[in-house]
Formats: sequence, structure tokens, C-alpha cells
Amino acid sequence: MKNAKTYSPEHMRYLKGVKRKKILVWTARAGLLAALIGLWELFARLEVIDPFVTSSPSRVIATLGELYATGNLFYHIGVTLMETVTGFAAAVIVGYAVAVALWMSEGARKIFEPYIVVLNALPKIALGPLIIIWMGTGYTAIIFMTVIIALIVCIMNTLTGFLQVDATMLTLMRALGANKRQTLTKLVIPASLPQLMNTLKVAVGLAWIGSVMGEYIVSRAGLGYLIVYGGQVFRLDLVMTATMILCALAGAMYALVALAERLLVK
Amino acid sequence: MIKFCSVDYTYHTLSGETTAIKGLDLSIVRGQFLSVIGPSGCGKTTILSLAAGLIAPTGGRIERTDARCGYMLQRDALFPWRTVEGNICLPLEINGGAGPDAKARALALAEKYGLKDFLKKKPAELSGGMRQRVALIRTLAAGAELLLLDEPFSALDYQTRLEVCDDVQSIIKSEKKTALLVTHDISEAIALSDKVAVLSARPARVVAEHDVDFGDGTPKSRRSSPSFAPLFEKLRAELGL
Repeated sequence: MKNAKTYSPEHMRYLKGVKRKKILVWTARAGLLAALIGLWELFARLEVIDPFVTSSPSRVIATLGELYATGNLFYHIGVTLMETVTGFAAAVIVGYAVAVALWMSEGARKIFEPYIVVLNALPKIALGPLIIIWMGTGYTAIIFMTVIIALIVCIMNTLTGFLQVDATMLTLMRALGANKRQTLTKLVIPASLPQLMNTLKVAVGLAWIGSVMGEYIVSRAGLGYLIVYGGQVFRLDLVMTATMILCALAGAMYALVALAERLLVK
Repeated sequence: MIKFCSVDYTYHTLSGETTAIKGLDLSIVRGQFLSVIGPSGCGKTTILSLAAGLIAPTGGRIERTDARCGYMLQRDALFPWRTVEGNICLPLEINGGAGPDAKARALALAEKYGLKDFLKKKPAELSGGMRQRVALIRTLAAGAELLLLDEPFSALDYQTRLEVCDDVQSIIKSEKKTALLVTHDISEAIALSDKVAVLSARPARVVAEHDVDFGDGTPKSRRSSPSFAPLFEKLRAELGL
């Protein structure tokens, strides 16, 4: 854009049009959010909806302030964030390692395939009681829940990426006399980088599901705990507040992964 | 340089076995450009895989002397995340020959054939013809004496194809390399080679061999020579087209 002066008037108009559309979309996005919050507040004030049941933006803000004042806000956020990030990282790293092992050995791939399919289809929450008994009621159980929810998808997505590598390039590596390890490090891993980024994006979502679900089953702290607790004592302000925080955190974590993708994949 | 002595090759799949090659005799001498043409699906690529040693013949034998092979494929198979330089040096990294000497030789080769300004670029920024040139330099940089060309021009549009054809042939000739080209394109075979071998339908064996010696050695002179059309017709008849 620095030599914009050299463009023809038509091109300038075109660029302006593109820019205007972009501004329009962002304005509409922000407007929609503002309208939703505004209507929610308005209806709650006019008692069209019952603010005891639906809460309202002003009550959410008040609850936030209250949590902050009692020093609980960052404690609960911290707990859930720690569980999610740990579970996410573990699932991605272990998933990648397993995918590499399965890529290395076609035999292993064939043997483990039905197990992976079944584990993928299994609703992991069914393991809840077992996990509590095995791991107790602390963070470990929740992190474990997060890992098993995200892990299988990580393995499957990563492996798919590995197996989709261009056949011509594989032939080239073979013709050059590359061994399995060289093929992996010089071709398969870099070639499947975009797929890895997709896997990370999916894993972010699954890790949040895992940690919040884990907190539903067993916990004494965290945002999922606040939601369950708020529901039990009918403090729906608390439920809404925790949900809003979750929205913001999940969005931020996704944005981080998207940023990493932009930096790594060109 | 490499000699096929009544070579057989049989594929095994679950649905049965297929004899791709039966009693194939073929030999290439150093510095020669040999083309193999044949009906599609007759096992041309199998011949290259055998020459490269990727597969072993099921019958007969293959004799070779200093046949360090380089493979050039239908598509250039350049790695898009590596620069041109990185792509050219890939074979050296794999063979553990990434010493400064080998690398300098590879880069000198790239420079000699006009890739100097492109070394830091990604393959996506290059034209199709330029990419095939990079692929050829990559093959040469590996120190290959025998180049195995598997229809390396078939993915290019016609104009680029003529251009790259000339380009590749002149580089191979000036580097004094030996080449074995498989193709289904009769005119390409005539334009490029010193010798053309015609294969039968599967199971493949050599039905005829022709020395091509008209023109001044460039593909362009071959194509415009009066001897081009008669040989073309002859080969066509031998292929049964």
C-alpha cells in the first residue's frame, strides 16, 4: 500500500470498496453484540423477562465486581485456565507422539485402528465415575478428563494429516534414499503443519469442554464449579457471569492459536 | 551404464498377479539419451523403478556401473515450505553430503543455469517451467549420473512444455549426463533422444529400437527436420496406433 499513488483510479475505488465492506462487517458484528446486550438489559429492566431467571448485563457486571472484591474472580479463572491449558498441551503433545508412532508402523496402525474408532465414539463423560475413583476429586481428575476428550481427536487428525502427504513427494524421498526418520522430519512434519494448526483449533474447543465437564462432575473451584454451584443455589447471575467469562477465554485461546497459525503457516 | 538382461517383473495384488514386464532387454551407454515409449499402462514407470533400484526384478538381472540415479517425476515435487536453495540442497541433507563442498557445487550449478536470483524464493513464486528446472538441478545436485525421467513434462501446458523440453535436454547434454526418459509422447521422444525404444503392450518387452541422429542435437532442429515426420509415422505404426 505504500506506493498507492501509482494505482489507477479504478484500482483505488476497488481497494476502497474492499475496505468499506470490511468496516461494514465489523460494525455489524459490534452492533449485533451491543444490540443483544442492550435488549437483554432493557427486557430485564422492564421485566418482560424475569431477571432472577435470565440475569441481566448490569447484574453480570455487579457479580463480576463482587467476585473480584472477594478475591475469587481470578482464583476461579486461574483454576479452570490451568486445567484447560495443561489438558490441551498434554493432549496435543501425546496425540502428536502417538500419531508419529502410528505413522511409522503400518502394522501398529492396522492393529490400533478399531480401538481408536471405538474410543473416539465413546462418550468420555461415561468414564466420569471411574475417573473420580481412580484419580480422586482434585485437579488431576479434571485434567485427565480434558486429555481423554481431546486426545483421540488429536491423534486422528494428526495422523490424517501425515497420511495425506503428496504421493509424488514421498516417491521423491524414496528415490533419494531417505529413511523413515528423514522422511518424517524433512517431509511429513512440515507438509502437515497446516493440518496440525487445524488440530490445535479443534483441540482448544475440546479442552474447554473437557475441563468444564470435569468441573461439573467433581470440583471445588473453577468456572464450571461456579456454574454448577450457581445453578444449585439458584444464583443465575453467577451462572451467567461464569458463562460470559468462559466465552471470553475460549475466544481468546482460539485467537492465540489462529495467530500462531498465521505466524507459522504462510 | 545400465543393462537390463531379459528382465521380468510381476506385481502381486489381492485380485491376482500381473506381469508388467517380460523378457525386457535394454541398455544405455554413458552419455546417451534414451527414450522409452509405449502404450499407456505398459509398465514404463516400472522400468524406471527397476533402474532406480526401488524394486528388484522378479526374473533376469540388471547390470549397472556407477549408476547413481536421480529421479525426475511427473510433477516437480518441490517442497513449498522450502526456498529454491533449500529444495536443491535436500538430496545432500538426506545423503549426509551436506558438507560445504557439495553445497557449493550445488549452488554453482544453480547459478550456472540461471537460478541465482531465485535461490531465496519459494517455489510458488516460480513459473511451471522454472520449477521443472529447479527439480532438474535438484536431481543433478545429488550427484546423479543417470537421470530417470518419468514423463517430467506431462503436467505442463504445451508452450511451457516445448520450452522446458529444450531446457532440460540442453542442461543434461552440457553436464554430460545419461538419461532414461519414459513417455507416451512420440514427438517428445524423437526430439530429445539419441535412441528410442518402443515397448509392446503389457507384459512389456522391446519391440523396436531406433537411433536418432538427424538435426544438430537440439530438440528444435529435430522438430523442424524433414526426417521427423517419417520416424514419427514409423513409431506410431510400431505402437499400433
